[in-house]
Amino acid sequence: MGILNVSSINMHFGGLQALNNVNLDVRQGTVHAIIGPNGAGKSTLLNCFVGRLTPDTGVVDFDGISLIGLKPHEINQAGVSRVFQTPEIFGDLSLLENVMIPAFAKRDGSYRQNLWAPLRGESKIRERAMAALADVKMADKAGMIANTLSRGDKRRLELAMGLVQEPKLLLLDEPTAGMARADTNATIALLKEISATGLTMVIIEHDMHVVFSLAERITVLAQGTVIAEDEPAKIKGHPKVQEAYLGGTHS
Amino acid sequence: MTVSSSSPRGDMLMMLGMIVAIVFGPIILAPFGAGYPDLMQKFAIYGIFAIGFNILFGLTGYLSFGHAAFLGVGSYSAVWMFKLLSMNVIPALILAILISGLFALVIGFITLRRSGIYFAILTLAFAQMSYNLAYSVLTPITNGETGLQLLLDDPRILDAPLASGDLPLANLFGLQMNSTYETSFLGMTLYFNAGYYLCGVILLVAFYFAMRIFRSPLGMMLKAIKSNQNRLNYTGVNTRPYTLTAFVISGIYAGLAGGLLACTDPLAGAERMQWTASGEVVLMTILGGAGTLLGPIIGAGAIKYFENIFSAFNESELNAVFSFLPDGLREAVVSVASTFVGEGWQLTLGVLFMLIVIFLPGGLLEGVRRILSLFNRPPGGGMEERSARVKSAA
Ligand SMILES: Nc1ncnc2c1ncn2[C@@H]1O[C@H](COP(=O)(O)OP(=O)(O)OP(=O)(O)O)[C@@H](O)[C@H]1O
Ligand SMILES: [Mg+2]
Repeated sequence: MGILNVSSINMHFGGLQALNNVNLDVRQGTVHAIIGPNGAGKSTLLNCFVGRLTPDTGVVDFDGISLIGLKPHEINQAGVSRVFQTPEIFGDLSLLENVMIPAFAKRDGSYRQNLWAPLRGESKIRERAMAALADVKMADKAGMIANTLSRGDKRRLELAMGLVQEPKLLLLDEPTAGMARADTNATIALLKEISATGLTMVIIEHDMHVVFSLAERITVLAQGTVIAEDEPAKIKGHPKVQEAYLGGTHS
Repeated sequence: MTVSSSSPRGDMLMMLGMIVAIVFGPIILAPFGAGYPDLMQKFAIYGIFAIGFNILFGLTGYLSFGHAAFLGVGSYSAVWMFKLLSMNVIPALILAILISGLFALVIGFITLRRSGIYFAILTLAFAQMSYNLAYSVLTPITNGETGLQLLLDDPRILDAPLASGDLPLANLFGLQMNSTYETSFLGMTLYFNAGYYLCGVILLVAFYFAMRIFRSPLGMMLKAIKSNQNRLNYTGVNTRPYTLTAFVISGIYAGLAGGLLACTDPLAGAERMQWTASGEVVLMTILGGAGTLLGPIIGAGAIKYFENIFSAFNESELNAVFSFLPDGLREAVVSVASTFVGEGWQLTLGVLFMLIVIFLPGGLLEGVRRILSLFNRPPGGGMEERSARVKSAA
């Protein structure tokens, strides 16, 4: 039994069966990649984990609790952080504030009044936020307004927002999309370091270089169905996978 | 106003500036013809109203179109306290705060289920409901169209019986709100009025409290709600209690302002809750600069000042102003201008508001900042300026 157990998830949008009896078992402390052509249902699957969508049927158990029916903030408080496919940040706040907010959520829980303590007295939170920014090599930009960042930088900022919470499970939806090659490699190195600390990660990625550098296990989705799940070496030569990718829309 | 740009020194200077402005208000405002008690009290009271409104609108991004309801509730509560308990302003203000806070808790709980335009409409509907109830079902409490007034035979259980047949006056432990010390200075008459200083001190406290909120983790959460509420949910924050906190705080500010209106003029009427009054505080906040600390006070002051000037003009005064023009032309000019003054002051306000929103979306405060930056360009000031612009665009 892994830390995240997903079984028989079905999800449809109108006439489209986006997820078809999906099972997934993510083991504690591993990096588990989900790959598949565009529109395969990868993001939809993550949405079912974080409370954005409720699947028609199925079970999502995380660390002994069922996530189905929980609100997004409750799922995050249970230890699941997510990096979105299209960057979701606090665009008109500074980078430092963007990272301090999740740090507060981790310390204070889903709601705490906390209106008399001045922000500048919160040196511990600030230090943790700065450390997370330093991890993604953005400490020098701490005072900048987040909207002014490039797409790749926004992604790294979101990664820092996830890391600062020290989650039990980090969900990454295409963390390197929009990044330059050098930044992608830096991100791979960073994620390797994080993974070495024992953090469990689920990563969706189109960039096979990233996938094969990081993943210990790979699930392949195509048209809402799991067509393969195995170690990276075995996935590479899998006939069904080759077929899905050659026949898919992804180049 | 990012974390980095707010320094303890800057905040202290801002507080000191406020103290000086309030203490010397009668002297500073006299040359502008605004130094008399009635108007100065309004500056302070509507300043409080706007500061509180800004916590909900400027900071959290929830545009309420019904905040005058809390102003009205505060006024009614205060007058009831005057009637039943004592003419001392302290119990009156305490009740105004309690009742408006309770009211805000209930209304906020219901309206905050929605955001954006739906929230605005819900709050508007609630305020209009309160307004209509004040005229109908609630007349035993509100005294309907006449308004709630003091009467000679009110119980006032804590106060000594009145000596003469005069109505009692609101006071702070004996210091009457209308007591004024008049003096002459450089040919101007200066009025140092007790009611003004009461409002001024409360404005100061209200401003200080707002500043603490702006600089606190709560303030940062509220800014985050405005920026991306959805993201905040996935970050582990339950945003509902935060928005409700902001709503209740701003409702209390409005109730306090309403209570002070009753302290300076012990009378409460339902017209205080009308939607135009709710709209006015929106204009004040945007005009001064939504989301900034000083903006709402500046906006409230500007609107009350111009209201005072423009609504006082009448046709014969306009004729005098334009007397240098030839007769035919003067009549034409006066007939056009007269639509903008007196009762037509709202028209001027509308035009002013449009000009500000189009040319100075950050409000008057941004205008001041732009002018200042023309004179002194600090080295490396470009970044801050850019961040200011990014904010105002949001
Ligand atoms: N909210 C929604 N309403 C309707 N259809 C949706 C919704 N979200 C996703 N879909 C559809 O479900 C299918 C799966 O989408 P999903 O975003 O999960 O794909 P994906 O594997 O993440 O693709 P990509 O690699 O392009 O990100 C697509 O056909 C998409 O159009
Ligand atoms: Mg996707």
